[in-house]
Amino acid sequence: MNLLARNGVAIDESFAEAFDMRATALVITAPTLHWARIAATSLTGFATSVIACGCEAAIDAELAAEATPDGRPGVRVLIFSASTTELQKQVQTRVGQCVLTSPGSACYAGLAGEEALKLGDGLRYFGDGWQIAKRIDGRRYWRVPVMDGEFFCEGSTGLTKQAVGGGNLLLLARSAGAALRAAEAVAAAVAATPDAIAPFPGGIVRSGSKVGSKYKGLPASTNDAYCPTLRGSVASALDADTAAVLEVVIDGLSAAAVAAAMRAGLAAAVALGPEQGAHRIGAGNYGGKLGRHHFHLKDLL
Amino acid sequence: MSGVRLLRRAEPPQRVDLSALRPEALAGLAEGAIARLPLGTARAPLAVGDLFRVQAGDEADLVIEGGSPRFDQLGAGMTTGILLIEGDAGCCLGRGMRGGRITLRGGAGAFAASGLTGGVIEVTGDAGDFLGGAAVGERTGMAGGVVVVRGGSGARAADRMRRGLMVIEGAAGPQLASHMIAGTVVCARPGPHPGTLMRRGTLLLGEAALLPTFVPAGLAADSAFLRLLARALRPLSAAAARLADSAAARFVGDMATLGKGEILLAGSIPAG
Repeated sequence: MNLLARNGVAIDESFAEAFDMRATALVITAPTLHWARIAATSLTGFATSVIACGCEAAIDAELAAEATPDGRPGVRVLIFSASTTELQKQVQTRVGQCVLTSPGSACYAGLAGEEALKLGDGLRYFGDGWQIAKRIDGRRYWRVPVMDGEFFCEGSTGLTKQAVGGGNLLLLARSAGAALRAAEAVAAAVAATPDAIAPFPGGIVRSGSKVGSKYKGLPASTNDAYCPTLRGSVASALDADTAAVLEVVIDGLSAAAVAAAMRAGLAAAVALGPEQGAHRIGAGNYGGKLGRHHFHLKDLL
Repeated sequence: MSGVRLLRRAEPPQRVDLSALRPEALAGLAEGAIARLPLGTARAPLAVGDLFRVQAGDEADLVIEGGSPRFDQLGAGMTTGILLIEGDAGCCLGRGMRGGRITLRGGAGAFAASGLTGGVIEVTGDAGDFLGGAAVGERTGMAGGVVVVRGGSGARAADRMRRGLMVIEGAAGPQLASHMIAGTVVCARPGPHPGTLMRRGTLLLGEAALLPTFVPAGLAADSAFLRLLARALRPLSAAAARLADSAAARFVGDMATLGKGEILLAGSIPAG
């Protein structure tokens, strides 16, 4: 299975199986980067997996003041969901509860997509009739009176149907510490890749899942083949010297963005070497039948 | 090849309706066909060839060299292309224009940009009364697009304006933005009683004497809206952008009517 090796790190001849998703991007600005970060962190909280959170979201990049619409420091976030309806609902509730509420914030479209999602066009009603619409350079914005002045919000944002979710890398290491170091390196590389995010805590997931469960009604359960403590009990995918496995799941605005993030992550984990980081790198899939996008590790080296 | 050029021969003997001279309508026409287009509004017939020497072209790019206060409806109903006029215009410059760009190197008569819904009109001189205003019997004035006047304007500019952006760099006449419905007007030196009976909309003004029916209302410090507006104004007019940068006080009104309009007054305007 491990015919490939780079810098002493074995690379599985495997592939990550990923799915089509709907996604949007938002730009959140504030008087300081600190407060833009707070609004964005709040917005993207509890957004690790569509299984139970409704969406997957994270900060894509921090933006210098010159790069934002209003010339204040800002943050770009990406939000992914399985359907347009669910994405619309998540954008409305999350921006309404986490950005509208955050001091000094403003919110803009971060993507020119093929379709539009309501942003301020839905949130304006908070203004109770005192909201003001302004069209500037052909785009509509809403000014909603709030207690610290005005919440300024673009009317709509773009939606893309080209988004891909579920790209991933499995970092297998000889110790839990080495697995964490490898996963951190991968997460940092993904974070630096534009148009791609790793939605799990710090970009890392330790509870990889398989489809189905012995219990009725549970859609997913622990990925037993990669649990080191189940090595003797199930058909394990782990070698005898693997002590811990961590996964980085990647969503991107396009298949190319996911591939670029996986490529960067793979390079970062390989550079770390088998002693400091992972001694083997794999990828999660479901046999190739569920997802349309297959990212083969050998193509990303 | 370049666009059509019309070179004025002499001052016209009557008022003329130049709405036929839309750049997109003339592009590709032969010189003879352009010269035969009727323009007259009086009993004596008058065609393009009587007033202009014609140089045909194939681009939606029309230059009229030499203007006149009798040249009415210049660029009216334009949808695309560029119209450059070296000289003055009569009434209704760019009336009902939906797209494209008009540059007038001169002064415009009354009702310039009236009924505008898209495109950009720039006037380097002064504009007459009812710039972007509603014509008689119309419910709304300009409803989109951008108007930039480097000089001043007559009375009641932006009357019943519904949408769009108007910048008057010079002095405006009385009752700027009367009955305004929505949109944005920027003017450093408005005449008396700006915003008379305005319902909604934004006036960004330099020093102004306001009606008592405008009441002070807090200006959001470090407003994201003003920052975005300033950024949008910068390529159109440096003076207008400076006003947005220096907005220091906000009034809402006109309380004699709906009262959801706002007047933003600039503080000390930074030099530059």
